[in-house]
Amino acid sequence: AYRTDEGQPWVLPVVKKVEQMIANDNSLNHEYLPILGLPEFRANASRIALGDDSPAIKENRVGSVQSLGGTGALRIGAEFLRRWYNGNNNTATPVYVSAPSWENHNSVFMDAGFKDIRTYHYWDAAKRGLDLQGLLNDMEHAPEFSIFILHACAHNPTGTDPTPEQWKQIATVMKRRSLFPFFDSAYQGFASGSLDKDAWAVRYFVSEGFELFCAQSFSKNFGLYNERVGNLTVVGKDADNVQRVLSQMEKIVRTTWSNPPSQGARIVATTLSSPQLFDEWKGNVKTMADRVLLMRSELRSRLEALGTPGTWNHITEQIGMFSFTGLNPKQVEYMIKEKHIYLMASGRINMCGLTTKNLDYVAKSIHEAVTKIQ
Amino acid sequence: SSWWSHVEMGPPDPILGVTEAYKRDTNSKKMNLGVGAYRDDNGKPYVLNCVRKAEAMIASKKMDKEYLPIGGLADFTRASAELALGENSEAFKSGRYVTVQGISGTGSLRIGANFLQRFFKASRDVYLPKPSWGNHTPIFRDAGMQLQAYRYYDPKTCSLDFSGAMDDISKIPEKSIILLHACAHNPTGVDPRQEQWKELAATVKKRNLLVYFDMAYQGFASGDINRDAWAVRHFIEQGINIVLSQSFAKNMGLYGERAGAFTVICSDADEAKRVESQLKILIRPMYSNPPVNGARIASMILNTPDLRKEWLTEVKGMADRIISMRTQLVSNLKKEGSSHNWQHITDQIGMFCFTGLKPEQVERLIKEFSVYMTKDGRISVAGVTSGNVGYLAHAIHQVTK
Repeated sequence: AYRTDEGQPWVLPVVKKVEQMIANDNSLNHEYLPILGLPEFRANASRIALGDDSPAIKENRVGSVQSLGGTGALRIGAEFLRRWYNGNNNTATPVYVSAPSWENHNSVFMDAGFKDIRTYHYWDAAKRGLDLQGLLNDMEHAPEFSIFILHACAHNPTGTDPTPEQWKQIATVMKRRSLFPFFDSAYQGFASGSLDKDAWAVRYFVSEGFELFCAQSFSKNFGLYNERVGNLTVVGKDADNVQRVLSQMEKIVRTTWSNPPSQGARIVATTLSSPQLFDEWKGNVKTMADRVLLMRSELRSRLEALGTPGTWNHITEQIGMFSFTGLNPKQVEYMIKEKHIYLMASGRINMCGLTTKNLDYVAKSIHEAVTKIQ
Repeated sequence: SSWWSHVEMGPPDPILGVTEAYKRDTNSKKMNLGVGAYRDDNGKPYVLNCVRKAEAMIASKKMDKEYLPIGGLADFTRASAELALGENSEAFKSGRYVTVQGISGTGSLRIGANFLQRFFKASRDVYLPKPSWGNHTPIFRDAGMQLQAYRYYDPKTCSLDFSGAMDDISKIPEKSIILLHACAHNPTGVDPRQEQWKELAATVKKRNLLVYFDMAYQGFASGDINRDAWAVRHFIEQGINIVLSQSFAKNMGLYGERAGAFTVICSDADEAKRVESQLKILIRPMYSNPPVNGARIASMILNTPDLRKEWLTEVKGMADRIISMRTQLVSNLKKEGSSHNWQHITDQIGMFCFTGLKPEQVERLIKEFSVYMTKDGRISVAGVTSGNVGYLAHAIHQVTK
């Protein structure tokens, strides 16, 4: 989760404002939302992902399912795919998850009934970057119709995203091999500070004519973690197909949670549908993204100033909340035991944990770990 | 071509269809008796005062929005367990239970269903009363269980077919799962009397069945939270380690906030810890962790003495209005000159009433009187007000005389 420079959680000012508006609105009650969610939320959420001028929206071939966070959106999508994709109830369709990935991806698809979950090459530990050749190779050899979970931006946990050129190559192979793109978009706006930039990959795939799913989370970019606000965006060939897909997703939702929680969706819908509040929100998002970017550049410059062995440009080249530092397990253990700095055994750090007050200490500690431990 | 060309259009929701038709109707006297949510005597949704107060208190605390634990808000789950089990419950005091927050009743039922699928290896069979809430069947099916039924409702008397139920239940294979509605049976409104619950408990215990209670109306049925939880508490006292799903949608009017809980009564606190760990493993790949808003409101109400007192009064108020509408409907039917026995309307309890009306009669009610209900003759008493109960009685009399 995001932290301020004081190391505190941050409720976005625009969220506070909108919550007050909701509290003061006596015409609101706590009645059930429709099964697929709050209509104003669904339309706005998908619009944010696909862009105002999305051809798919213009052609009325976009569907949305309000879900319990990004996880809920992934699960509804997975349950639908297991029932209706690549035949009926085909649990044998391979599902590819990046190596590494958010560990819950595996569990979501497993619990949805898929029997064959595989990894695709992604992180190149040696060069500390994307293993594009490995990735493309896996896609070339994946069985036709395989499902690929793609991180729309700010890859979790590596912070390493394909460039636009690399995305184009990925899309080319996926189209030729008839692979299904299932995007996980948990950090739109939060990664670069720009909503459009962070949605480039999803929009590119749409413009290339793909049918796809995009699981969206508003946990980080709205700071609405515990309200569980998410959306599954469905892009299909035409309105008729999308309508039938949604009708089946409705059945899945009905036996999972019946209808979604209203509070978080109301906050997001109100914000996104008011030009003024929307601008305010974009400003809040940029504040968060900029702080993380600042911490990245400050950490890197300190390490370089200290002459810490190795190269540290990956700290600023990576994007989003997390960074794969490249520290090995022994060095990580040193950081934890000797310096009381907590990070994952993989060397992953949460950039949000850095503050102007602790930057020096963290940089010095990394320096010590790298020089003392091999 | 599309990946989805072969995807069939899902069937239209029958209850939604009722509401859609009602909305299109221009008759000023129209009544929507399909609605599954409480309405006040003006036919409007009712936000409880204690809920408004709790919301104001919560807002003033200016809390952050950090993720809840996977198992939910601890103050909420503990209070939910205490509400269901009773503060003097041995099971509660000893800590031999685990309660996790669920997405209202449906989400709690689904967590339980998935848990049983994974860990209850003795049987795949879940026995539902005939009839049961329409969503029970697909929930258990999607969780990978099989559905069976036991006799419950007697359409001839519009009441409980107790001998039929006992006969069927006594023949259920050992170690099967049986689902029971704790109070205010949905859709019939027919509940066993306490004496009958005692016999059911004894039989279920003899057959060594796993008991799954669905309690969606505690407080809302009789107006008394302890009375409505009597069956749940009796079964536990008899040494039956039940599993339980609770909803706060109706009794706190928190419908869209999705406040609910799933409880497993265990042998001891250690078992409860192990069960909890497995429930979390089930929840995480479903939605990671639950939504805070409804749980915080419910927790504030249950844990703040003044608010709790106010809530008990308000939930009794809702239950009393429903009971009063039942009484008025029967007396109005008598006034209309109906010679039928309508006692079941006041014998039944909770939001719903199985009128006993036949499909042809229901069709006439819809077409000639703009009174909307589902084909099975079920009405939501919540949709009846002192302003329209006379009209309803008149309409029912016209199609049944």
